[in-house]
Amino acid sequence: MREKTIKVEVNGDLYEREVESRRLLVHFIRDDLELTGTHIGCDTGNCGACTVLYNGDAIKSCMMLAVQADGASIDTVEGLARDGELHPIQQAFSETHALQCGYCTPGMLMSAKYLLDSNPNPSEPEIRKAIQGNICRCTGYVNIVEAIQRAAGHD
Amino acid sequence: MTDTTLERALVVEPTETKRGWAGQSIPRKEDKRLVQGHGVFVDDVKRHGMGYLHFVRSPYAHAKVKSIDVSKALELGGVYGTLTGDEVAILTDPFFELSTPPGADMKDYALAVGKVRHMGEPVAAVVASSRDIARDAAELVEVEYEPLPVVVDAERAAEEGAPLLHEEAGSNVVWSGLFDWGDYDAALAEADQVVRIERLHFDRFSSTPLECSGAVVEYEKHTGQWTIFCNHQMPGIGAIWMGPALRCGLDKLRFVTHDIGGAFGNKICLHPQLTACCLLARKLNRPIQWTEWRTDQHMANSHGNERTFLDVEVPVRADGTMLGFKVRALDDCGAFPRYEPLGCIIWAQVTPGLYRWRNIRVDFTQVTTNKSPVGPNRGYSRMQHLWLTERIIDIVAHQLGLDPIEVRKRNYIRSEEMPYETPNGCVYDSGDYARCLDLVLGLINHEGIEERRRDAESRGKLLGFGIGSTLDSGTNNFGQSQLLNPDLQFSGNNEVATIKLDIFGEIVLTLGTVPQGQGHETVAAQVAADILGVSPDDIHVRPGHDSYWNTHAGLSGTYASQFAVTGLGAVKGATDLLADQIKRLAGVILGGVGKDAIMLEGGFAKIKDNPEAALPFMACGAIINANNAGLPPELDDVTLNCRYVFRPRFEVPDKERKYGNLTLTYANQIHACVLEIDKETGVPVIVDYAAVDDCGIRIHPQIVEGQVHGAAAQGLGAALHESFPYDEEGTLLTANFYDYHVPHALDMPPFKTESIESPSPFTPLGAKGMGEGGGAGIHAVCAAIQDALRGAGGAIVYDSCNPAHRIWELMREPEKSRSLVSVEERS
Repeated sequence: MREKTIKVEVNGDLYEREVESRRLLVHFIRDDLELTGTHIGCDTGNCGACTVLYNGDAIKSCMMLAVQADGASIDTVEGLARDGELHPIQQAFSETHALQCGYCTPGMLMSAKYLLDSNPNPSEPEIRKAIQGNICRCTGYVNIVEAIQRAAGHD
Repeated sequence: MTDTTLERALVVEPTETKRGWAGQSIPRKEDKRLVQGHGVFVDDVKRHGMGYLHFVRSPYAHAKVKSIDVSKALELGGVYGTLTGDEVAILTDPFFELSTPPGADMKDYALAVGKVRHMGEPVAAVVASSRDIARDAAELVEVEYEPLPVVVDAERAAEEGAPLLHEEAGSNVVWSGLFDWGDYDAALAEADQVVRIERLHFDRFSSTPLECSGAVVEYEKHTGQWTIFCNHQMPGIGAIWMGPALRCGLDKLRFVTHDIGGAFGNKICLHPQLTACCLLARKLNRPIQWTEWRTDQHMANSHGNERTFLDVEVPVRADGTMLGFKVRALDDCGAFPRYEPLGCIIWAQVTPGLYRWRNIRVDFTQVTTNKSPVGPNRGYSRMQHLWLTERIIDIVAHQLGLDPIEVRKRNYIRSEEMPYETPNGCVYDSGDYARCLDLVLGLINHEGIEERRRDAESRGKLLGFGIGSTLDSGTNNFGQSQLLNPDLQFSGNNEVATIKLDIFGEIVLTLGTVPQGQGHETVAAQVAADILGVSPDDIHVRPGHDSYWNTHAGLSGTYASQFAVTGLGAVKGATDLLADQIKRLAGVILGGVGKDAIMLEGGFAKIKDNPEAALPFMACGAIINANNAGLPPELDDVTLNCRYVFRPRFEVPDKERKYGNLTLTYANQIHACVLEIDKETGVPVIVDYAAVDDCGIRIHPQIVEGQVHGAAAQGLGAALHESFPYDEEGTLLTANFYDYHVPHALDMPPFKTESIESPSPFTPLGAKGMGEGGGAGIHAVCAAIQDALRGAGGAIVYDSCNPAHRIWELMREPEKSRSLVSVEERS
């Protein structure tokens, strides 16, 4: 199997790794870098549990090969909190009970971060549209939408 | 010491009566790790040298397995080994079946033995150094199949001459039995009108947790013990299945769970896959990692029970009082019974629904078909039956021109009748259904509904309004299994907690439960904190379940709406014991006062009349654990390490009459739905939605509300999108999230909730288990669609799942569904 060396910045740290050409970015993040906060919930790019920021854009990391991320800057859920302080979006998710099992949460947080980075005061329909690629089976999205609204107030 | 940063009690609802920490919506202990991606889910677990397992699955729904050749797979670099059905048949015994014959004779193994019975059934397993190589190798396994005729329809499966799945059983019928309570024939004779419904169909779907199933299994040669790190939600029962199959004692099966990404019942029937992992861990002498793929979960994990109701008959009095009903229920459990036939009795927990119906006759049959096996799914078996009761209400109302609100109120069991004994001996503990209904009508502004209907009409839309009433029966009496099979040795229920006070004052609480998002760490800490006079922050609750910790019992797990009763009952029991020991110890140390003179407050044991005389918990822990010389003999039994097994008071039901109390608590939810249907396309849009919940005393109202939201979302998904249809060859048509449409954020309507609290007289905290009331969403949507179509042909909603195309069919050919229903006038 062909391998290629890639350099990727993840949460501000630079990694250089040999990867199989067919390796998915999400498996690179989870298995090679051991950043297991990014989750996998489907085989088809529907669920959004693996959402990360790729050069600032929200992407589903199961829909990209690791070799395609060569030279990119990636942010995962592990990079959200700084110096032991939760990011306002993380704080808002906890305060509003926007997570139950927590499995969709990392992807949901990254989609929310992308939204608020590009649109600091989103309307409710804009919030719902921004997370429509992220499936949650526990909450019915009610409190997730509220959390993002609350986080927008903090920003 | 703990995960939260809580400093003070939060007041979420100012009107609420405070009862200490219990009753408050404090921040969840679980959240800090989960929002940072620091949770430990099963696929996050790695072991040195572990091999990745991939199952080779059948492309056929029904076929003989003529041969399996793994040689090419074994030649691939990185492949560690394989397992086939032939080996499984030698190394294990079939899993025990709960049913009497014919179901008892159906053989179920970890891998297909001799034949496959549904698409996606595992026929072999391959283990390799990476997921990718294991998958490549699985494609190199050569399986020769001889296809057999397929049966995917339950009614066909029940007929003579249908393709037979399990030759040993000689029939596709798993179990059948008659339930006959009250005097149905007398009720029929007394009726002024009799409404008959030829057929209703409750569709096949599942809650599809976002995290698929999985495990990391290690085998210890020197002890013969397997450690199964997994996301099984009911490990006690899992072990009971696996031990005899693997020919080992339960001491050889250590189940460990940590964070679980949703389960909803779908992670109860993992014993076949976990058994395959165990065999390979022993055979290959290395840890085995298995994570199910999404497609695998949809094809072959566990679906919800599909049920067809035939020949429904409802005797009605002229004033709209219904006297009961009669039905033939035909349940389709897919290819293997597994947890079944428990679904053939679980519905009886809610036999009359929320209604005062005294005369009920149910002829129940369950069959196998060439589809995925079923298993418990949020609202397990009660949801199907309650849908029937709600359909009865709305169809009878439709046929007889009665108001669905009035007919409910006339037939609802009344609050003053609580505790209410149902015709089959179940005891509804408390509740006020009519009040919940009034509240939900207020939430959706029912008074203005006709005006909204006219407004919708002006926009080319049909507006419909519907109510869904549901019961969430919790804390099973496992004795109900004996109504299916008198030889089964299950009854009652149990759950365990242990709590200890350690050397530096650490309070460590361990639960036997297996949470999957329900916030058990937080809620358990609230209850323990109130008893010990500390903050929930001071209680370290161990996440997950580990059968090494001695904090488990045979029925441990998280299922069937019972944590607030069994889990918290165990927490309260253990913490009461610890509090008692601390008081006895402090009484001695503080100068020989009795334990009743001691109070616990702020981390100290204090003399009530002289609070200056106080012993810190840290000192208590240190004295017992490290500095115990000179303690008097009356403290010999004080360990500050207390285990409590909570057992609700149940009797074994009367097997002859199929009569007795099957569950301890009955939470209820009343939902109301307003939707608009496009006249041209049939596309429905929910425009207003509300739910009122009553689960007794709420320990954490925010978590309760979250459960209401989530369950309702699953109900709405099942009502409008989610379905597992099969073609005639037994191919599942919705094997992934492309085709199986679960609600997204844009699909969810505006959502209003309210709660009342009718304390349970039967539970330690007045709380009731809850979380499975989502069926009300299905009932409410069905009712709303039928209401909307009243003016467009008056179709009858006969299926639980109504996507746009089905609504369109109902509009286009209303007489087809109407012909399913008839009314006989008796007076």
